[in-house]
Amino acid sequence: MSAPQYRKAVAYALAAGLGLSLAACSTKSDDAATDANGKVTITVDCQPVGTEKDLLANWNADVAAFQKDNPDITIKSVSVGQQCNNPPDFTARLAGGTMTDVFYGYMTDLSQVLDSGQAMDITEYANKDTVPTFDSIDPALTKVFTDGGKLYALPVKNYSMGLVYNKTLFQKAGLDPASPPKTWAEVRTAAKKIADADKGAAGYAEYSAGNTGGWHFTAELYSQGGQVLSEDGKKADFNNALGKQVLQNLKDMRYGDNSMGTRQLLQWGDLLTNAAAGKVGMFVGAPDATQAIVSQFKGKYEDWAVAPLPGQDGLAKSTLGGGEGYFFKKGLTPEQVKAGLKWVAYEKLTVGKGQFDYPRAKPQNYPVGVPQPLLFAPGTEAQKAEVELRKANANVDPAIYALFENQQLPIKGEPTNAQAIYAVLDSAMSGVLTNPNANIDELLKTAETKVNQLLAAGS
Amino acid sequence: MAIITAPGTTEKLGRSEPAIRNNARRNRKIRDNVTGHAFLIGAVLCFALFSWYPMIRGIVMSFQRTKRGVTTWVGWDNYTRIVADPSFWPAWKNTFYFTVLALILGYAVPFFVAILLNELRHAKGYLRILVYLPVMLPPASALFLFKFYAYDPSDAGLFNAILKSLHLPTSQWMQSADATMPAMVIASTWMNMGGAVLIYLASLQNIPGELYEAAELDGAGLWRRIWNVTIPQTRLILALLAMMQIVATMQLFIEPLILANGAGTEDSATTVAYLIYQHGFFQNDLNGAAALGVIMLVVLAAFSAVYVRLTTKQD
Repeated sequence: MSAPQYRKAVAYALAAGLGLSLAACSTKSDDAATDANGKVTITVDCQPVGTEKDLLANWNADVAAFQKDNPDITIKSVSVGQQCNNPPDFTARLAGGTMTDVFYGYMTDLSQVLDSGQAMDITEYANKDTVPTFDSIDPALTKVFTDGGKLYALPVKNYSMGLVYNKTLFQKAGLDPASPPKTWAEVRTAAKKIADADKGAAGYAEYSAGNTGGWHFTAELYSQGGQVLSEDGKKADFNNALGKQVLQNLKDMRYGDNSMGTRQLLQWGDLLTNAAAGKVGMFVGAPDATQAIVSQFKGKYEDWAVAPLPGQDGLAKSTLGGGEGYFFKKGLTPEQVKAGLKWVAYEKLTVGKGQFDYPRAKPQNYPVGVPQPLLFAPGTEAQKAEVELRKANANVDPAIYALFENQQLPIKGEPTNAQAIYAVLDSAMSGVLTNPNANIDELLKTAETKVNQLLAAGS
Repeated sequence: MAIITAPGTTEKLGRSEPAIRNNARRNRKIRDNVTGHAFLIGAVLCFALFSWYPMIRGIVMSFQRTKRGVTTWVGWDNYTRIVADPSFWPAWKNTFYFTVLALILGYAVPFFVAILLNELRHAKGYLRILVYLPVMLPPASALFLFKFYAYDPSDAGLFNAILKSLHLPTSQWMQSADATMPAMVIASTWMNMGGAVLIYLASLQNIPGELYEAAELDGAGLWRRIWNVTIPQTRLILALLAMMQIVATMQLFIEPLILANGAGTEDSATTVAYLIYQHGFFQNDLNGAAALGVIMLVVLAAFSAVYVRLTTKQD
């Protein structure tokens, strides 16, 4: 072959190869939803990542057991990262149309899932036949995933915030771990003692970046009895004495006492990494933060305990609650929806299976005894069975959560437009945590103006 | 070759010698063109699919709004909404601030490093590798190094330890609204200057040595030689890199995302590209993000057009 011919052949081959690969990209998966033998295939996300060896092995065992019980269903599961729903990744997958058939999302995601046009109405399929414990699920949770009378997701987790604290650091500072702070003033005193006793530790740690600062501002505002938006949701409602108190408490600890450490602008993983390293005395978090500290960030379970959220004069007036669920992608066949519901029911909503397989988790040293996910309504059969099984297999001292569990605070959900508002409030949080001369009035006023502008623009 | 050289033979074929020559030339031209175009198909398809299509799609999306799965045309609504965003003007201000700082530091430093390297007689290759090494480091890794070691706000941080040993005041770096942008420029310059240094070096080595000799004979010192010989001789490269640098720095994104965890302290790190990301991926507002993207495209295109016009006139 002469040189020009050779070049020509290579060029055509390249062009053809590229064309083929483009064609391949644009071709949808050739997995038929239902094959000739009536076998249904569904894809599911939130499979544990490879580094979580036990959790992944459990998940794979569950998939195998479920498929054995349901020979007509094939589950294809994928991992989408440790957090399962990292908001930008979630939005990118949603916008790109690459969600799995059954996909994991936060309660606050309903609106964007509906806007993307990818939400499947599962009202007619979600019942006792597909989800045996359906009638035991707390109706407040299914309500969060309901829009216009139609159900779009099955709740699989529910949390409310408390005060997570490190018992080891408490002891080191001469504090009684059995008597954690009940007020923000007590938090401040304890934080100072912890920071004094361990120079490398933050007595109290707080988020202020990646929208997590706004999330925690909201929780702490709820603890004061405040609200982020007015009742009609049209105006910001935090530029008042309650909002000021939230920021003042933080500023006092950060610059008055220097008890919050030097590194700020923390996000979810930053704070939990420090906590797992034994460098955080207290932070606001849900009980499952202790699970994340142990299973994802390699902390020690015996270090931690959870108390109810503190308030200004006594315990918090209310606390922030939220949760997660599994959505179903629009366009699934009825058989696929039913198969998906059956799988979610098996893995997430059956006492003794999947996330409630406490006898399996116990010897794996995966914490059993955490009062979460609070999925079933109090007094229902499923709730009683879950509590009984959890107690029977607890591998952590139930006293750790006793204070949190025994003092149920009123729970408030996240505001509408939560992420946009959190982004604005991050700025106020980072202001008091990084600027010793921060003017709280100005920070709140600026944030109020910004939130009102956002609400007016309908973003 | 006989057909071309022997006159009798051409008559037998019924065609004149120039006609055959023309035909052969035309055939060869067509063959070359086809080969060239075939090679081009790959690049054109890549650009079409990954650059032009998303660009056109972005422009279309910026005039639409998708709610509850229904997309409607909304005219300029997304533009008015995005301009009304409280972070819109601060983001532009921060972006321009970074661009100016990067132009002062990130543009001048590589040029002088290249001159310095060009003047060296020993260890040239070794030093070139050393300067280029940071470019080979993935940007995210390099920025994490800066975030956790260099910019640690405690006295244990690398930069603070150096400042302290020199009895200079330390900084809160990324936790100070004033230091955020300069800190990002330092990190960005360190990461990216290797490429620019090599381009400058190549261009410096093309400057004829006689020009320097002549300047030296005229009694020109180092600065005069740089000013009267080096800069005029490398003007084209300098102009090109200035434009590339400005276009690149205006799209600043990964530095605020990693060093400042996004917006930074009191929005001091929010850039236009980060605001696009916030709208698109945190605020369920892909249409607003598209509108801001189009605004940025227009600003950069206008800048490039003016710049090209100005530099062409000078030439």
